[in-house]
Amino acid sequence: MKLLVCISQTPDTTANISFKDNNTAFNPDGVQFIMNPYDEWYALVRALELKEAVGQGTVTILNVGPATNDVVIRKGLAIGADDAVRIDTEATSANYVAKQIAEYAKDKGYDAIFFGKETIDFNGAIVPSMVAEYLDLPFVSLAQHMDVNGNTATLKRDIEGGVEVLSVDFPFVLSAAKGLAEQRIPNMKGIMMSRRKPLNVVAAVDVPNTVEVVHFETPPAKSAVKLIDPDNMDELVNLLHNEAKVI
Amino acid sequence: MILIYAESPDGQLKKVALEAVTYGAKLASAMGTTCAALTIGTVADAGSLGKYGAGKVYNIAGEDVDNQNIAKAVADVAEKIGAEVVVMPFTSTGKSIQGRVAAILNAGVVSGVSALPDLSNGFVVRKPVFSGKAFADTKITSEKKVLSLMGNAIPLEELGAAVDVETIDIDLAPCKVKRLSVEKQAGGIPLPEAELVVSGGRGLKGPENWNVLLELAEALGASTACSRPVADMDWRPHHEHVGQTGIAIRPNLYIAMGISGAIQHLAGVNNSKTIVVINKDPEAPFFKAADYGVVGDLFEVVPKLTEAVKRLKA
Ligand SMILES: Cc1cc2nc3c(=O)[nH]c(=O)nc-3n(C[C@H](O)[C@H](O)[C@H](O)COP(=O)(O)OP(=O)(O)OC[C@H]3O[C@@H](n4cnc5c(N)ncnc54)[C@H](O)[C@@H]3O)c2cc1C
Repeated sequence: MKLLVCISQTPDTTANISFKDNNTAFNPDGVQFIMNPYDEWYALVRALELKEAVGQGTVTILNVGPATNDVVIRKGLAIGADDAVRIDTEATSANYVAKQIAEYAKDKGYDAIFFGKETIDFNGAIVPSMVAEYLDLPFVSLAQHMDVNGNTATLKRDIEGGVEVLSVDFPFVLSAAKGLAEQRIPNMKGIMMSRRKPLNVVAAVDVPNTVEVVHFETPPAKSAVKLIDPDNMDELVNLLHNEAKVI
Repeated sequence: MILIYAESPDGQLKKVALEAVTYGAKLASAMGTTCAALTIGTVADAGSLGKYGAGKVYNIAGEDVDNQNIAKAVADVAEKIGAEVVVMPFTSTGKSIQGRVAAILNAGVVSGVSALPDLSNGFVVRKPVFSGKAFADTKITSEKKVLSLMGNAIPLEELGAAVDVETIDIDLAPCKVKRLSVEKQAGGIPLPEAELVVSGGRGLKGPENWNVLLELAEALGASTACSRPVADMDWRPHHEHVGQTGIAIRPNLYIAMGISGAIQHLAGVNNSKTIVVINKDPEAPFFKAADYGVVGDLFEVVPKLTEAVKRLKA
């Protein structure tokens, strides 16, 4: 099994989000960065489990980003990936990233390419299906369970109001949701070994950008909460009905 | 021309598909053009999309679909009718096809948009980012554009009358991903589409106590949600988990009981129109994000609230 896991770096979930340069750019000052949770907890771990179950193969991590991402990439190696590739450029849009990944992966013969279902910064859920299209591969999004039997995978994916059961032959592209695997914490040995694992840096290809964030905004602060007497729920219902007009 | 992919799982049009049609119709009128909706397979009442603003409704025959052949079909129709913008719902299907459609059409794509584009200086559209902690106004500079629309982002409007459905001759490619079965959840409106949501956290102490929440949800006709630890401990099914690592929702009313309001929880719900928080700890962070708050023991407060709701409905 030759598996590729695409990871991205995102601000920590507790980060206070602010912007700079007249609200045109994310302000990274004081922000702790992590591996995107869907990539780390589900996509990477399920790929490792698959390699372990098959008994041979490689799990390669791919990141599109600058050298400052190496810390997060090394964490992926500490969790158990065999090697890593970083495409050395700023990840400026979904299409830009998808093109870089597809360009790198197109002649490598991966059996499957794993993604997290979305990043927790731009919440796009675009890159996985784009890569699938550029590589002309079948795609299963939001996978929360996978069984593999020979050359066929049976997957469950979350849909509105239920769970869909699908089957697909290798090779394919998958995006991972909660349930696909359990988070693995890197141990000391993994961390030591990760330092010696290869992290190859490759140059980016030229891709024109067609989307660009021109302005960021944080939501207006809520006005103070209206406290209601716990013994007067008729008042709360009245406010919801007549003031908020939601029931 | 604007093309809307009106998703219809099991032959039923989704509410967010209708919203996408209204969105497409309004965008079309702002751009001085018209809009058409596309359905695939047998769809009940597809002509009714005209009511929500579709000038034309096209249908492609064929039931055997996966995201690859749907995306190809949507892109083919977009080419055929000369669509500059393709709009689709930001759903499990939308997330599977939006990148493909954009790749085929060589279009810039923005997903999960929450408002109509601002056309005063190019084509700039707003979407929530950082799991609801901010908005990004995103400019698309390519000639063709793909947008996916968040549920409950714009109100449904009747803008026209039902139209006849035109069959469009496009062959669907054979599926590479096969659908074996669907396990349906029992009852209730799926969370992303729900306008009223009642949600419980660790403060409910155990799954055996959920009746107090379910009775309120039933009285309101609301869907149910939960915090992450609740889903992690299997007190509730994990599709109810809302927040940064669960699903993001924006209902008209979100009632949270026994939930502290951690930043990761708020990230998935803070775009709700009205938030009610019931918590016995007056210092719970959730009160800062709430419109209405009740400081009290949920096991005493919630049954009283349920009774009050029933009195309103009576
Ligand atoms: C990377 C990461 C991602 C995360 N993603 C998510 C996510 O997507 N969604 C999510 O929800 N969490 C998420 N979390 C977890 C989050 O940080 C909180 O731990 C979690 O939301 C707390 O759940 P809770 O409010 O149910 O429980 P608690 O924090 O334990 O709060 C329980 C609340 O109930 C109140 N209470 C207790 N008894 C009563 C009573 N009788 N009556 C009234 N009130 C009572 C208490 O005062 C307390 O405020 C994430 C954490 C991390 C690190």
